[in-house]
Amino acid sequence: MDSAHPARGPGDRLTGLFWSRPKLLTALLIAPPILWLGVVYVGSLAALLLQSFYSIDEFSGVVVPEFTLKTYAELLVPSNYDVILRTVAMAAAVTLASVALAFPVAFFAARYAKGRWKAVFYLGIMLPLWSSYLVKVYAWKLILAKEGIITWAAEGIGAGNLLNAVLAIPVIGGNSLSTSYIGTFLVFVYVWLPYMILPMQASLERVPTSMLEASADLGAGGWRTFRSVILPLALPGVVAGSIFTFSLTLGDYIIPQIVGSSRFFIGQAVYSLQGTAGNIPLAAAFAVVPIVIMLVYLTVARKMGAFDAL
Amino acid sequence: MNAAVEFLSVSRHFGQVRAVDRVDMTIAEGSFFAMLGPSGSGKTTCLRLISGFEKPSGGAIRIFGEDMGEVPPNRRHVNTVFQDYALFPHMNVRDNVAYGLMVKGVDRRARHGKAEEMLALVKLDGFGDRKPAQLSGGQRQRVALARALVNEPRVLLLDEPLGALDLKLREAMQDELKALQQRLGITFVFVTHDQGEALSMADRVAVFNEGRIAQIGTPAEVYDRPATRFVADFVGSSNVLPPALTQAFGGPARWASLRPEAIRLSTGPEARAKGRVTALRYLGAGTRVALETGGQEIAVLVPAGVPVPEVGATSGLTWDASALHVMEEA
Repeated sequence: MDSAHPARGPGDRLTGLFWSRPKLLTALLIAPPILWLGVVYVGSLAALLLQSFYSIDEFSGVVVPEFTLKTYAELLVPSNYDVILRTVAMAAAVTLASVALAFPVAFFAARYAKGRWKAVFYLGIMLPLWSSYLVKVYAWKLILAKEGIITWAAEGIGAGNLLNAVLAIPVIGGNSLSTSYIGTFLVFVYVWLPYMILPMQASLERVPTSMLEASADLGAGGWRTFRSVILPLALPGVVAGSIFTFSLTLGDYIIPQIVGSSRFFIGQAVYSLQGTAGNIPLAAAFAVVPIVIMLVYLTVARKMGAFDAL
Repeated sequence: MNAAVEFLSVSRHFGQVRAVDRVDMTIAEGSFFAMLGPSGSGKTTCLRLISGFEKPSGGAIRIFGEDMGEVPPNRRHVNTVFQDYALFPHMNVRDNVAYGLMVKGVDRRARHGKAEEMLALVKLDGFGDRKPAQLSGGQRQRVALARALVNEPRVLLLDEPLGALDLKLREAMQDELKALQQRLGITFVFVTHDQGEALSMADRVAVFNEGRIAQIGTPAEVYDRPATRFVADFVGSSNVLPPALTQAFGGPARWASLRPEAIRLSTGPEARAKGRVTALRYLGAGTRVALETGGQEIAVLVPAGVPVPEVGATSGLTWDASALHVMEEA
C-alpha cells in the first residue's frame, strides 16, 4: 500500500478511475441526453407515428387501434391536400426570402464586423428573440392592419394605389395586409430570420479570406467568386438555416391564426383535429407530413452536395 | 534585362503601423527573387501589394512597366501560391487547377486537358479526381502550384509555400521549385523567413526589417557582406562585433561581422584572440562553440572530426583577415 503516487482524496481517486476506464466517463456523460432524446423525444415521436396508422370510427368517434393506411388516404382529400400545399408553398417562400435577406447581413457580420460591431450584430439579431413571440405577432397585426402604419405611410407618400394594387393580386392579396397571405408571409420572415442569419454567418465565418483572394487571384470577379466559391462553401449554413425556417413555418399554428386569411395551415389543422374534433390519427398523419418533407429535403440537399464542404 | 516588378517608394500603413515604409526595389524579369525577413518585417505585405490584395498608402507599383494603381487583383497577370494553399475544398483537384481557365471561359474539355498537363508538371498525374482533403501537405502544395501556373502568369508569387512541410520534403521542394523556375523562365517572387531557403533558391535576396529593405543583393553578397547588424545576425547568425571589439580583432573602429564557420580554434602562435568556452551545442555536422572574449560572446562552428574543447577551457581564435567584414552601417 506504500504507493509512491497516493491518491489525494476521493476526487483524485475518481480521476484515476476515469483515466483507467475512459469509456466509463463518456458513458456517464451521454447517458442523460440519450435517455432524454431516446426515450422522451424519439419515443413520443414513435408513438405519434403509430397513431397515424390508426383510424377513427366515423360513427362513434372512437380511435380504432388497428393498422390502416386509411388515415393517410384522407390527407389526399382536396380540402386536406390544399392545407398541405398551402403550408409547403408558404414555407418555401419564407425560406427563399430569408436566404435572400439573411445573406448580406451574415456576409457583412462574418467578413467585416469586428469587435464592437460584432457585438452590435449579435445583439441586433438576438434582441427580437428575447421578446415574446405573441407580442411580436400581435404587433405585426397592428402594423399590417388597414388602419395601421403601413397603410398610413403608403397613403402619405402617395403609394396608396400601389398598396391596393398589391392587395388586389388574387390568392395572395386580401382585404388588408393583416388578412392576406402577404401579411402571414411577412410575419413568418420576420420571426424566423434570425434562425437563418446565425447558421449562415457561422458557415461564412469558416471560409478563410485566402479562399476569396485565391479566386480573385485566378482572375475571378466578384460575381464569379460568389457563385463558385462563397455560395458552395456557405451552403451547409444555408441548408441548416433553411431547416429552421422551413420546418418552423411548416409547424406553426399561431401566426396564420392571428395574421392572414382564415384558411388553415398544417399546424392549425393538427391543433383543431386533436382538440375539438378528437381525430388524433388524422392529426398525427398531418404531423408526419412535415417530417417526411424535411427528410426528402435533406436527402435532396445531400445528393446535390450541400454538405460536401462540411 | 527588363523589370518585372518595380516598387517606387511604396508605403503601406495600417493605422499607426508602417508595415511597408518607402520601399524601392526592382525585380528583374526571369529572376528568382526572395523576400526574406522575420514575421512583421513587411515582406508578406509587399507580396500582397504585388498581387493587389493590399493597396499602397503611398508610392507606385509597376508590373512590366504598367502602373497598378487602378488594377484590381483579378486583372493582374500574376498568380499566387498561398501560404495555406487556399485550395477550394468543394472542388476536386482537377477543377481546382482548372479554376483560372474556367473563369476565362475556356471550355470544359480544353481546360481539363490543360489541368492534367499542369498536374503532370508537378508530378501529380492521376490525382485529378481527389478532393484536397484527401491529399498530403506536400501534394496540396503542388496542386496550389499547378493552379497558379495554369494561367501562365508572368510573375508567380509564393507566400511561404514550404512553411508547412517537414524538413525532408521542404528540401526536395526547394530543388523542384528552382528547377521549375529555370525551365519555365518566369519570374518567381518568394516570401520566406527561412534564410537557408532564400539563400539556396534565389538569384537575388531582399532582406526586410521593420518595413524597410535592409539589404538587397545576391545570396553571396547578403551572406558574405551584410550591410547592417540586422542582416549579419538574421542571415546566418553571424557574430556581430561592436567597434571596440572589431578594433581588438585588428579592424577599424566600426561594426563588423565575422562568420562562425570562418573562425578556427587554435592554441598556436597564429591565434588572433583568446576566449573562454561558455557553452557547446552539438549540431551533428559540427559543434557550435560559444566563447567569451572582451565581454562579448563569439560563436565558432567547429566541423565534425575536429576536437572540441570543454566548457570552461580557454582557447585561441584565428581567422583569415578577409573574413572580418566591416559593415557600412555606423
